[in-house]
Amino acid sequence: MNFQPLQVEGELLSNRRVGAYHLITIVVPGIPERIRPGNFVALSVGGESTSTLLRRSFSVYQAQERGLYGGTLELVISAHGAGTRWLAALAPHQMINVVGPLGRPFPLPKDPVHALLVGGGYGSAPLFMLADALRQRGCRVDMALGAASADRLFGTLEARRVTNALSIATDDGSLGVQGRVTDAARSILERANIDVIYACGPMPMLSALTTLGGEFGVMVQCAVEESMACGIGICMTCVLPVRGNDDVVRMSRSCVDGPVFAGDRVLWESIGSVPEETLGAPKASEH
Amino acid sequence: MTSIRVVPKGGRGVSAEVNLESKLGTLVLPSPVLTASGCAASGKELSQFVDLTTIGAVVTKSIMMSPRSGRATPRMAETPSGMLNSIGLQGPGIDDFLEHDIPWLASKGVRTMVSIAGNDVEEFGRLAARVKRAGDSVVALEVNISCPNVANRGLVFACQPHSAAEVISIVRRNVGGAFPIFAKLSPDVTDIVEIAKACVDAGATGLSLINTLLGMVINTETLKPALAGVTGGLSGPAIRPVAVRAVWQVHAALPHVPLIGMGGILTGEDAFEFILAGASAIAIGTANFHDPSALTRVQKELSVLLAERGFSALQDAIGFAHRKV
Repeated sequence: MNFQPLQVEGELLSNRRVGAYHLITIVVPGIPERIRPGNFVALSVGGESTSTLLRRSFSVYQAQERGLYGGTLELVISAHGAGTRWLAALAPHQMINVVGPLGRPFPLPKDPVHALLVGGGYGSAPLFMLADALRQRGCRVDMALGAASADRLFGTLEARRVTNALSIATDDGSLGVQGRVTDAARSILERANIDVIYACGPMPMLSALTTLGGEFGVMVQCAVEESMACGIGICMTCVLPVRGNDDVVRMSRSCVDGPVFAGDRVLWESIGSVPEETLGAPKASEH
Repeated sequence: MTSIRVVPKGGRGVSAEVNLESKLGTLVLPSPVLTASGCAASGKELSQFVDLTTIGAVVTKSIMMSPRSGRATPRMAETPSGMLNSIGLQGPGIDDFLEHDIPWLASKGVRTMVSIAGNDVEEFGRLAARVKRAGDSVVALEVNISCPNVANRGLVFACQPHSAAEVISIVRRNVGGAFPIFAKLSPDVTDIVEIAKACVDAGATGLSLINTLLGMVINTETLKPALAGVTGGLSGPAIRPVAVRAVWQVHAALPHVPLIGMGGILTGEDAFEFILAGASAIAIGTANFHDPSALTRVQKELSVLLAERGFSALQDAIGFAHRKV
């Protein structure tokens, strides 16, 4: 089930560098207890007289209902634009407006299955809460983390704590095996009897994992990273082509229809275009 | 009537009741604060943050006859104090809209202004007739003749007085004499007053000013246009002075025609500017993305500001900046 989102003025508790990223902890009463693995929050950036009006959306790394200072959220920031640079430079006690929980969380299995969790770069952030939830249900959890280089991996230490087995792959071989995280996922699929894959990371990784899951007959639950302006379902900018249960392809909003989609429902190759079979797709004469 | 008790700044316990009632021709709304079409879907999502029965009305995302996928992504680019969008009128089509969205809005008691967009003049007429029969929760029609996200600029009806008038005439004919119709106009024209007059002469009750401005951003990493649709509509505070100017000019020329002002309203003070320029109501668009509670906040801030400036009723402030002292 989904909780109704709240809009809360949060206070920054801490901000520390973790590899190439910043891990920020925000005190936001009311939101942490509503977060399920895979939910995200949307932050306003730039302060009161901001000229960057669009919200920045982040999946939740950790949500603590009760801490010394009240409920907190931990988010992983990769500073690559005006908004994320502002967030990465936040100092304790600065205020940040937070909306959440948003989006549909990862669906959890009823039975104690063997799950493989795959994260690309800081896309691994939501997988740790998920691993906890799965293990509480008696699931066995393997994890594969990949990135361009060691400093762009996130959560390798935490991963050892919450998983039964961890594989690491980097493009430059600076940590783990040299290669793609999808190669690491393949070798796990070859040796273990995986029932379900959960993944979060760049679109090409999710696309490749969906193909891989298909090869092994394993369902892949993908949390997509699509740029959003609002996070709450009104701006219509974060759409991607998804085949519904009625077999109709629609431009679906990743914020409210996702961010978690069954991989085999997403038309990965068509992202960035409108496939001809989409409901209401332009005919050659229009648009 | 929505009246909010306020204590003006420095007023030391002096409280004021500001009457926010907004009159748009025969349409009387308890508040001048509306959602801007295309920035609130059909209200359901924002209802998690705002009690939509307390604002003037929800103006729905423009609805078309058939389902429409909209354009490819990227559809959005952030710009200084604003954004470009290139959605391309994505929507489920009128049948689905009348089956799901209107009943939901009606069940919640939300006053609704339905925005319609047609591919041609006849489609506007047919949509208007369908919406008019949709029940009492629909209090007005907004006719979107100015969406910039269509491939053929010749289909932006609001760019020419005669094509704008042609659409408004058929809509008026199909909904009958008294039903409130608002024509939404584009600022991307040489003389917006000329277009406004043509719409009013053709039967528009009032005008919604303004739609987005056509703009473009180029991505300096990919060396290509940032939007898949190449161009998009610019919105947000960056366009507010253009919008205030349009409201000012049209109100000066047509002082008795009700105007809905919009374009970059983020605060009650911004809304007040539009009222002073001549708008009888205002709409909140891009601000909903920034702050999902913006509708409630702007309404409160506007009420406080009206009281601070000595207005006991919104009606008295409309077009006040035009008055010769």
